[in-house]
Amino acid sequence: MQLTLKIWRQAPGNGQGKFENYNVVANEHMSFLEMLDVLNQDLIESGKDPVAFEHDCREGICGTCSMVINGRPHGPLQGTTVCQLHMRFFKDGDTITIEPWRAASFPIVKDLVVDRSSFDRIIQVGGYISVNTGQAPDGNAIPVERGEASKSMDAAACIGCGACVAACPNASAMLFVSAKVSHLALLPQGEVEDDKRVTAMVNQMDKEGFGNCSNVGACEAECPKEISIANIARLNRQYLRASLSGE
Amino acid sequence: MSWFTNFLTSSIGRKLLMSLTGLFLIIFLLVHLIGNLQLLIDDGGEKFNLYGKFMTTNPLIKTVSYGLYFFILLHTVQGIILMINNRKARNSRYAVYAAKAISPSPTASRYMGPLGVVILIFILIHMWQFWFQMKTGALDLVTYSGNEAVKDLYTPVAYAFSQWWYVVFYVISMVVIAFHLSHGFQSAFQSLGINHRKYSPWIKNIGIVYSILIPAGFALIPIYFFLFK
Repeated sequence: MQLTLKIWRQAPGNGQGKFENYNVVANEHMSFLEMLDVLNQDLIESGKDPVAFEHDCREGICGTCSMVINGRPHGPLQGTTVCQLHMRFFKDGDTITIEPWRAASFPIVKDLVVDRSSFDRIIQVGGYISVNTGQAPDGNAIPVERGEASKSMDAAACIGCGACVAACPNASAMLFVSAKVSHLALLPQGEVEDDKRVTAMVNQMDKEGFGNCSNVGACEAECPKEISIANIARLNRQYLRASLSGE
Repeated sequence: MSWFTNFLTSSIGRKLLMSLTGLFLIIFLLVHLIGNLQLLIDDGGEKFNLYGKFMTTNPLIKTVSYGLYFFILLHTVQGIILMINNRKARNSRYAVYAAKAISPSPTASRYMGPLGVVILIFILIHMWQFWFQMKTGALDLVTYSGNEAVKDLYTPVAYAFSQWWYVVFYVISMVVIAFHLSHGFQSAFQSLGINHRKYSPWIKNIGIVYSILIPAGFALIPIYFFLFK
């Protein structure tokens, strides 16, 4: 299949970028990233600068790949990352627009690569539980209610890719933060530190300059792991409680 | 910063203020509509004018009305701050932006700020025209059997509603309010952390019914006056 790619090119340290058009020959069995590999091979062989894009596991669990394809984070397929998107979902002769995540808190490093260390800093201030090292505790020593465990597991599915921020008209990180807060707060091991955690993580989120949630729901609709905005409501509840009743 | 200002200036704190002030204004709309519906009573404005007198003199209502002015201002100021912050957070635009829930059919949620600004302009005109006249203007006095003289607000209202352009302006404003409410109603609950499998569908549906019925009720009055009075 013959494709025209309209790709955002931006040099490192340059605030300005622009779209460039490329023609590539792909087949429908390729993943989207393999198609970009083919393009980059062509570019390298003709002595041009290859398109920078992030990728790692290529099986939809690491959250590294990140690009907006035809206006949708991770492309047109529901509940998948770019690496799981295959070229059979496109037609011969298509023009595909590829852009990086666009958010002030995700500055562009080069081309399609953005700096998502703002997410790391949010995790660093509270996205963990404190445990003593030593022998592994017995698996069933702490009873966890089945429903709560499932909700926690659903939130833990967040791979931190940033598609929620990319999809949100306000570039808000509420879905990410709410998934991380919910995943820990719903389990007894995480519950003990939940006031401290939610306060620190929300404050860091604000400091990083993410936008405010206006309950549009684009994050939930575009999340490759289909994290629910019910988590955002839980984050709101937890933050209210921690702020009003926390010491 | 004290914990309190820290909380109120956090993103979630600001959303809480938007939510609580919004819910107050939602309830106010219902009360205001019930008052306005008295315009439809065919008594030459007696019930409406007596009601106007009650609303401007009752101490409890007066106290609540100061809260109302304050909440309108707070809702506006917070909304503008949020809108500016959100624009800053998305500092560069997508060439193609087609995220689901935004495209292909954008909901009111995307345009709460602009819709709010239009509503603010309507409120300012509306208050200057009726509220300010009632408070300070030289309205004629009327006396109904056995009562003291009251200000006749009914006559300027009936006059305004006889102008076709004013009716059009009013009805369009009500449509804008309907869109603003259609997102605002359910959004207020989500911001308070109320999202539950059992209740959220109810909140959503009640919100949609409310956002249609209340503005429709308001819009009905000038249309009725224009056509039948």
